[in-house]
Parts: sequence; structure tokens; C-alpha cells
Amino acid sequence: MALVRRADFPLLAGSPSLHYLDSAATSQKPAAVLDAIRDYYERDNANPHRGAYALSVRATDRYHEARRTIARFAGLADPDCLIFTRGTTESLNLVATAWGMANVHAGDEIVVTAMEHHANFVPWQQLARAKGATFRIAPLTSDGRIDLRALGTLLGPRTRVFAFPHVSNALGTVNPVREIVQLVSERAPEATIVCDGAQGAPHLPVAFDSLGVDFYAFSGHKMCGPMGIGVLLGKRRLLEAMPPYQMGGDMIDVVGDEETTWNTLPHKFEAGTPNVADAVGLAAAVDYLEGIGMERVLRHERELVALADAQLRALPGITIHGPAPRDRSGVVSFTVEGIHPHDLATILDERGVCIRAGHHCAQPLMRRLDVAATARASFYVYSDESDVEALVSGVREAQRIFGAA
Amino acid sequence: MTSAPDRGGNAPAVQSASVEAMYQDLILEHYRQPRNKGALPGATASAHIANPTCGDEVTVEAIVDGGVIRDVRFTGQGCSIAQASASMMTEMAKGATIGAVRRTRAAIERLLRREPVTRDALGDLLAFEAVARYPARIGCVLMPWRALEQALGDRAAPGDTP
Repeated sequence: MALVRRADFPLLAGSPSLHYLDSAATSQKPAAVLDAIRDYYERDNANPHRGAYALSVRATDRYHEARRTIARFAGLADPDCLIFTRGTTESLNLVATAWGMANVHAGDEIVVTAMEHHANFVPWQQLARAKGATFRIAPLTSDGRIDLRALGTLLGPRTRVFAFPHVSNALGTVNPVREIVQLVSERAPEATIVCDGAQGAPHLPVAFDSLGVDFYAFSGHKMCGPMGIGVLLGKRRLLEAMPPYQMGGDMIDVVGDEETTWNTLPHKFEAGTPNVADAVGLAAAVDYLEGIGMERVLRHERELVALADAQLRALPGITIHGPAPRDRSGVVSFTVEGIHPHDLATILDERGVCIRAGHHCAQPLMRRLDVAATARASFYVYSDESDVEALVSGVREAQRIFGAA
Repeated sequence: MTSAPDRGGNAPAVQSASVEAMYQDLILEHYRQPRNKGALPGATASAHIANPTCGDEVTVEAIVDGGVIRDVRFTGQGCSIAQASASMMTEMAKGATIGAVRRTRAAIERLLRREPVTRDALGDLLAFEAVARYPARIGCVLMPWRALEQALGDRAAPGDTP
């Protein structure tokens, strides 16, 4: 059984035979989110923070109400430390650029893991190159978890940044954040800890204030919200000490001919007219998910992953990448001997099953797995056992067509 | 967990038949036993193309002499369609003039875009006709052809009117 009614999601309701197994790329959207966006535009739309008339005040209120809702969802007590961005990618680039350029110097060390999405890899790699810092990649265990012992040896007093994902997008590995934070704090007390939460916040409870990381980023569109909105959560002392990321309207205090002073948090990092409608949409998505309960979301995904894992393993020639289902969120990343993932995706597509095939924006990981690409099926609140059945029978059909089994 | 309601998820057999039209024997046979795969010592022209979104890649090497492709081989890895396309392309191109290769490449593009094309000229390459139904896969067929074209560069095709 799905956790929610398929009827909540207009796209799924309109395509009863569709098996959407690419929620790790982007989730489908419930009507409640689409309605909230429409409602904002139809009743409260104006440019916020201009305040000269009641409508603009309403738009401002909707925007900051959304900020409070999302901050509460993510376990952040101080909503001013939630910066709205276009998504995780922009959030991570904000940190690597605004904080990184000011705080990383020649001879410093930046440590990431071999399971990064490119968005939490390339900005740090390029920052290291620009600053003459050393860039290190923590290896993984053979079952796709961060090798904590090896990580410990890479950390040291010169480590200025440690960046890692809460959950791997390509493998589904749920990383032990508290254990990692403790290790980093002991071995690298000067390190700022940056957590890519793009696959975390949509799938499990996040309590930023007790997580111990300095920055945490996630996107709205992977958690029932609209595309084009995401957040950066940060510690106040870091955000206040950082220079701005983009310059323009809203983020200034006083603009002199020669000098400018910056607005307070969160405005300092939100230059230009904000994306109020999608912030409102993301807040509606958060309300929707809280109505289910994030513990239940994770449990549901793990049940489906365990089912898919067992049924796929029963077929010949299947390799499943990553740890056991109990250490994963709703992702099954696999390869089928003799069948390229793209061929598999096309055959599944023909049967109404949408999966991702490729490197999942994780080329460093693919090199270490020694595969060019994997097939990835990912589940969410609207997924059910019939999706697993369609996936497994589609893989069997591909094996029949390719004569691989 | 209770068993899921049937949403009619399994597509009807007729759709499955069309995907099998794409994965017909000729293509799968070239995928399993690619012709002219491997490095080509003494190559006078070569090009490498990678698809950054899917990770597939192909390198085409050729010995070109007097407007004729004396030999051509490919390396790389990718899906069955790209591998079979590279294999069948090398069979077609070996011994062919540059002009003929360019005309064939243009013809296969028209075939994939469902534009009018002289079918007789395509021979075995007609096996890729069913790929036209899968826009996401058209690039897989064309990737080795793009690599060969890039390898040939702006070499003149003697005897061909521009």
C-alpha cells in the first residue's frame, strides 16, 4: 500500500498505469502544493518587502510564514538562518563561494567523499584549485558506505572543509551523521562541516540544530515541492561573518557612492525579488509530509526497497550497488549483466516504468564502482508494491529480449 | 504489507512488440559481436565523443587515403544501440569514399527523423528505423557517426560536388 492516496497527485491520478520510480530525481507534486502556489498568485501576489500597501504586506507575510514552516520542519529554531535559494546546487555554491573564498587559504585541506553528487564535489574541487588548497576524497567501503577509518586518516588540523551527503543520491546510503560529525570534530576541529541534504530532507527527519553540521542544503522539488526553490540552513555566527553571495536589491542596508552595508539575515543572502510563490509551495509540501510523518516516510521506502532488493537479487546476473536496505533510503541502484542501463530504461519505459539510467551526477563514484552507469529505481510516499512488481517484471522482460537469462 | 491494487501497470503486448522491433536480432548480434572494435595502429584520423549525461563514449579511428576510408575501427562503451551503430558504421565505411560516408550519415539522420529517404542506400542500417520512436535514443545511433564525421574533419571529398 502506498502511504498516501494516488489521487492526491494529479499527474499520477491522470496516468493510472504509470510507475514513477524516479523520485530521487524529482518527486511528483500533490494538489495541495499546486493549489497553494495558485492561491498565492490569485490572492496575495505583490513584490514583498516594499510594504507601501496592504497587498505587499500580505506577500511579505506569506513569504516569511513559509520560511518559519520550513525551518520548523528542518529542526532550525532561528528561521533567519534559513536562506531561500534556487535549490541544493545554488545553496552549496553559495557556501563554497561566499564562505569558501573568504575562509579557505593556500595550504588548507578540503575533504569530500567519493559518493558526492557533482554539486557537492565540483564547487569544492574548484575552490581548492583557486586557493591552492589540497583536495582529498574519502574512500568508500565495498558496500557503498563512507569508510570512516580511512576518513579519519584524511582529517587533520589543516582541514578547513568537510563536505558529505546526508544520503547518497546514486546508492541511497544513509550516512551516520552524528558519528561522522564527532569524528570530524575530534580530528579536524577547524573544519566547517557542509552536509548535502538533497536526498536527506525528503526522506527522513532532519533536526538541524542537533545535527552538528554547520551548513545543510536541500531542494524543494525532491520533496513534493515545486522546482526552483531550495534552502540553505546555516549557523548564525558563520552566516553573519560571511560576505554576501550576490549583490542587488533587498540584500543591502545603505548604498553609498563608495561603500555599501549589508542587510541583516536572511536578506543579506537573498538578493533580488524572492521566489515567494515557490516558497509558499514548499511550505505546503512540508505540511503535506508532516501530515504523514517523516519516520513513516522512511519506513515505507525501506519496505519497498527491501522488497525490490530481494526480488531483483532472485534474478540471474543482477548486481545491486550500495549497502543493505536497512542502511538505505528509497533507492535501488543496480546493473544487469549483458544489458546496458539505457537499454533497460527504454524497455521499462515501454511498460510505463520510469527509472533513471546513467551516472546520476556522480562520476567519481561510478569510476570507483567500475561501472559507466547504473539503473536506479527510487521510491517515495506514493509508491507501492505494484511499482516493485512492474520493475521486476520489466527487468525479466529485458533479460528475455536480450537473451541474457 | 498487503498486496497492491492492480493499476493495470503491465503494458499491453502490442507495445512490447515495438520495443522488440528496436532490439531486433541484427542489432543485438552486432552488440554482442561488434565488428572492427579495437585500436587502429597507423590511423590518420580519429575523434572521441562522450555523452556527458549518460557516460557513453566512442572513439573512431580511420586510415584515410585519397578521399577513401581504407580502414576504420572503434573503441568505447555504451548501450546496445550505440555499440551496434558503431559496428555497422565501420562495416559500411570501410572502403567507402568520404562523400559516400557523409551521404549515408545524412540519410540515417533523415530515417531517424522520419523524413523522406532513399531506403535502398541504407541497407542493414534500416535496422535502426524503429529507434525513431524513441527520441531519447536517436543520439545513441548518431554518436559514432558524429565521431567519424569529426575524425574526417573538413577533408575534401574528391569527385563530390559540394
